[in-house]
Amino acid sequence: MANDDIWILGINMTKFGKHYDKDVIDLGAEAAMAALADGGVTMADIGILAGGNLRGTGSFAQQLQKQIGQTGIPAYNVTNACATGATALRTAIMAIKAGECDMGLAVGVEKLAGVGLLGATAQGDTDEWERTGRFGAIAPTDGRIGTANMPGTFAQVGMEYGHKYGGVDFELFARISEKNHGHSTLNPLAAYTKAMSLEEIMGDMMIAYPNTRPMCSANCDGAAAAVVVSGEKLRTLSDEQQRRAVRVRASVLTSDPYTERCQVLPDVNTLTRRAAQQAYEQAGVGPEDLDLVELHDCFATAELVHYDNLMLCPEGGAVDFFESGKAHRDGDMPVNVSGGLQSKGHPISATGIANIWEICHHLRGEAGDRQIEGARMGLAHVIGLASACGVHILEAA
Amino acid sequence: MSEQAVSDPAAKIAMVDYLVLDPEPHLVANQCTSCGARYFDRRNACASCFATEFEKVVVPTEGEVASFTIVAFASPGVEVPFVAAVVDCGGTSVRANLVNVAADDDHVKLGMKVRLTTFSMGVDSNGVDGIGFGFEPA
Repeated sequence: MANDDIWILGINMTKFGKHYDKDVIDLGAEAAMAALADGGVTMADIGILAGGNLRGTGSFAQQLQKQIGQTGIPAYNVTNACATGATALRTAIMAIKAGECDMGLAVGVEKLAGVGLLGATAQGDTDEWERTGRFGAIAPTDGRIGTANMPGTFAQVGMEYGHKYGGVDFELFARISEKNHGHSTLNPLAAYTKAMSLEEIMGDMMIAYPNTRPMCSANCDGAAAAVVVSGEKLRTLSDEQQRRAVRVRASVLTSDPYTERCQVLPDVNTLTRRAAQQAYEQAGVGPEDLDLVELHDCFATAELVHYDNLMLCPEGGAVDFFESGKAHRDGDMPVNVSGGLQSKGHPISATGIANIWEICHHLRGEAGDRQIEGARMGLAHVIGLASACGVHILEAA
Repeated sequence: MSEQAVSDPAAKIAMVDYLVLDPEPHLVANQCTSCGARYFDRRNACASCFATEFEKVVVPTEGEVASFTIVAFASPGVEVPFVAAVVDCGGTSVRANLVNVAADDDHVKLGMKVRLTTFSMGVDSNGVDGIGFGFEPA
């Protein structure tokens, strides 16, 4: 029987940062066991496991089971670039919606500390021009025909918005980063918790104009996990479990539809807007009903365009929206109060569950110093190239 | 390694299939005969309408900068800084480097007019000159 009533029962995020003493399975197990404990259940209750890990062996879910409980349930290994965590969560949600089980566990983990540029490939030297690949290129195209690296790709995403609507410059993007670094000081689990001045941000090492180093997401280690449950099952659990459960009002995953320009520059806008539209429709709410948003600020330039894509502002109004101060933690529409990927960090596969954890933390009233008072509803957004977009809308019990 | 190639001073090869050097350098796209969507790489079917017939079309050699970044930190072996851009060539988006312009935000501007240009990437062991392309201020 189909089941559209889905709840987060337990959820956890590890400290993001450098975990030299833990491997991928250790980190995944830490988050998974903590999420189970948070939900007051064990592996014996879980009917499906979805494991997200991008840089591992491809059988992370089964390796994890051997450390936390081998119960014979279906285990899915999912990868979807930076949207891997959200995809794992959505896999578990779909199994419950389909009526295959009433409780599922989704885990996302990555060891990324010290990895360096993402999207980078080693450049080979040849002594003979020879055509290879779909472009028939005689040499690596990165650096010769534009850039394949993430900082440069997302820099162009932000600059493209500026070309279309105007009003952007280096300083604007740096001020977005200043906001998020400021927010991170209240998040003890963030990889970096230091406020940075505009001067420090703009004066730091340039990676790909207009993104300097602190305006790029921080590579780090981390894991996050969530237990999801059907409403029917939840009603059989304790009052305490029901009180802390967070309702999944919308769970959406999109890929990028054909657009003319996405053939040469990833179009992170169209699929995000579609995901947001579908999510608002599914939840029967609008952006004005949200108390906080965690969006995919993989670079400062990306945060700007997603204000617009998630319809937090009128179309073309992202600069005005930011300038109004609404996105600050004391504004009307706090964005990335966790510190965002620029300071909290971005262990790829963990990110799409870690942002859900942040929202749940506030909806449960458990966010401590950074609590958004009275938060009842929040949205978590994640995007991976090229391209997958996950949007979840969550509501307090 | 043919002797002929080495002895032919005019031997050259375009960096990618979609760069045509003669008579004047220009880019060509694979255009879907059904919906008109354009692709620079080889496609099995059209991403827009799923049709499977394509024809070669010439892309205008002049355009304007629709977006750019100045890459200061890149993969090993990639020379920095360089300007990566999306150039709108009469409605066809082209990915390319901007060349013959200082790599700073005083000289590179959104909306600036640019034109296609080519340059040598070096000669291989057969004496064949690899020809790259970029866009320069028009």
